[in-house]
Amino acid sequence: MNEIQVTSGLLLAAALFMLGLIGVLIRRNIIFMLVCVEIMLNSAGLAFIVAGSKWTQPDGQVMFIFILTMAAAEVSVGLALILQIHHQLKTLDGDAANSMRG
Amino acid sequence: MKLWLIPALPLIGSFILIVAGSRLSKRMVAIVGSGSVGLSALITLFTGYKFISTSATSFHYQAWQWMDVAGFSPAVSFHLDALSLVFIFVITFVGFLIHVYSTEFMADDDGYARFFAYLNLFVCSMLTLVLADNFALLYLGWEGVGLCSYLLIGFWYTEEKNGYAARKAFIVTRVGDTALAIGLFMLFQNFHTLNIQQIAAQAPQQWAVGSETAMVISLLLLGGAVGKSAQLPLQTWLPDAMAGPSPVSALIHAATMVTAGVYLIARTHAIFELAPDALMIVGIIGAATLVLAGFTALTQFDLKRVLAYSTISQIGYMFLALGVSAWSAAIFHFMIHAFFKALLFLAAGAVIMALHHEHDMYKMGGLKKKLPIIYWTFLIGASSLAALPLVTGGFYSKDQILWLSLAGEHGNIWFFLFALLGAFITSIYTFRMLFLTFFGNEKTHVGHIPGNGITIPLLILAGLSTIGGFIELPHSFGHFTVFSNFLNPVLPSVSVQEGFESIEWMIQLIAAGVALSGVYVAYIFYIVKPGLSEELKTSAADLHKFWFNGWGFDSLYDKLFVKPFVFISDINKKDIVDLFYDGLVWISNFFNRIFSYTQSGILRWYIMGIVIGGILLLTLGLIKN
Repeated sequence: MNEIQVTSGLLLAAALFMLGLIGVLIRRNIIFMLVCVEIMLNSAGLAFIVAGSKWTQPDGQVMFIFILTMAAAEVSVGLALILQIHHQLKTLDGDAANSMRG
Repeated sequence: MKLWLIPALPLIGSFILIVAGSRLSKRMVAIVGSGSVGLSALITLFTGYKFISTSATSFHYQAWQWMDVAGFSPAVSFHLDALSLVFIFVITFVGFLIHVYSTEFMADDDGYARFFAYLNLFVCSMLTLVLADNFALLYLGWEGVGLCSYLLIGFWYTEEKNGYAARKAFIVTRVGDTALAIGLFMLFQNFHTLNIQQIAAQAPQQWAVGSETAMVISLLLLGGAVGKSAQLPLQTWLPDAMAGPSPVSALIHAATMVTAGVYLIARTHAIFELAPDALMIVGIIGAATLVLAGFTALTQFDLKRVLAYSTISQIGYMFLALGVSAWSAAIFHFMIHAFFKALLFLAAGAVIMALHHEHDMYKMGGLKKKLPIIYWTFLIGASSLAALPLVTGGFYSKDQILWLSLAGEHGNIWFFLFALLGAFITSIYTFRMLFLTFFGNEKTHVGHIPGNGITIPLLILAGLSTIGGFIELPHSFGHFTVFSNFLNPVLPSVSVQEGFESIEWMIQLIAAGVALSGVYVAYIFYIVKPGLSEELKTSAADLHKFWFNGWGFDSLYDKLFVKPFVFISDINKKDIVDLFYDGLVWISNFFNRIFSYTQSGILRWYIMGIVIGGILLLTLGLIKN
């Protein structure tokens, strides 16, 4: 791999990260927010891959496996929370869950 | 030796009445209240008999060690000598008579048990004061009587002005008490003991005559005495103290407590003798007070206020006597004064009660026929106060002071002239009071005819204030000096200046003439030509107003102390020191509001916060590189 590929790979990762971040910030639907968090995780994973290939080290790919695992765990917990929120509040609006009780 | 029983019995009586007073019947309250003082009067009589028959110079009894800290070890111990015997005799006997009087006087009052509880506590404190063998115990009694005075002036506390008078009395005397406390601290610093006898013995060895320390301590002690005895410049509380019931005025504010200052100076005469200048000041205060209070008494219309000012004036005589080192003359006048002034106050109380709480003398009159016993006893008391010659006790005691103020070793012509002027005014205002109250036309209907409980104490006091004078007759006739001989072991007698011995009878003649002419002036003004006093009042309205208001001392203190104090406390209402802490609270609250606003619970705001924080950190990192 050459320099240009690294730069464009990182740019892509940054663009994905920003897309995900903006999505989290502006979406009110809590499922979309979860999806956007996934996008941000994947962009981070991409950055690791690019970095790993730059220095020809396997660590980047190892890191990506970790992120993948963590993302799976996170999604399972997140989906469970979303189900609970929907069950309790009868809505998927994230802003509706702004008050604590008990 | 049952010395401790004398103050303990009234204390027990007071405790019983405080704890169980509301459950006892009025009869039981009266028995406990006056019985306890009566018993201690009997014990006093017994002790006095033993004291005289064994011709001892002092009895001593230590109840227990009060405290013992770093060389400061006052004990609760009593010291009885001739001086304190005279005082406890007056306190218990006059106190007992006043208690008996109160059983009838206060019969319809709701606070019957409370009244006797306070009165008993007062008698106990006063006895402690005069029997104490050290200054710490004396100070306990001193503050105890101050407390009881406060409680009893404000006895009818539902009226606001009574509470005000009580607070005034308490605060003004506190000024003097502070001086006394500082004086006692200095005494302890100098002698490492507060035992009165030891101090009296050591003082002449430690200090030369006229030494500065003796002077300062004497003046501080004088400050305490001046406050308690309502002398210039702390006399303003006593006239207002008349807000209390009449028996209280008789016992506390005439016969006993207000003379505590006289006792203190007589007790510490060893120190005062080392400070001739302080002694001179005592005399000057006495002379000035007796004239000032006399003029004020001339203009009052409230019967009890006339008596209050006359008390201030008579204590002025005692201070004058102390100031010329005529110790036993001062104590003699104290005793006679206690008899006749208690008599006058009790008689005035009976008059006021008979006329449905009417205090104004101009609304009285013609009571001579309606209340004959009160009239005759009041006449005896008034004659004694005015010092009518030969037949009254007041003549012998006041005459001695007049004589020694001129001829005593520290006497001078000015003291004598002031005392003479005071005697003249005294007999005018005394008989003005008598004429206005008992002579002329009846202006208010007599409601309550006093019963035995009131008349018997009056008759006994009338007897005492007459025969009391005969135990000390002047050199010019009789030369009978039981009283001063009795006091001689404690209070040295005063020597008379050269060349004066031969003119003693002249001084007595002048004093008698002055007293009688005062009566004549009052007779002209209030019986023969009643309009004359009104004319005089209108022609000198300003002077009348000035005297009526007690020479403007109240308004002067109001401007000098009360107003600035109220002004400062008004400024400081929100407490300037607190501003700093208030600021801390305000800042914490401010940040609390800001941060609690960020806790909105909206997830996207939190993420935004994280993002902004991340960007800021990254930017800072980039700038640094």
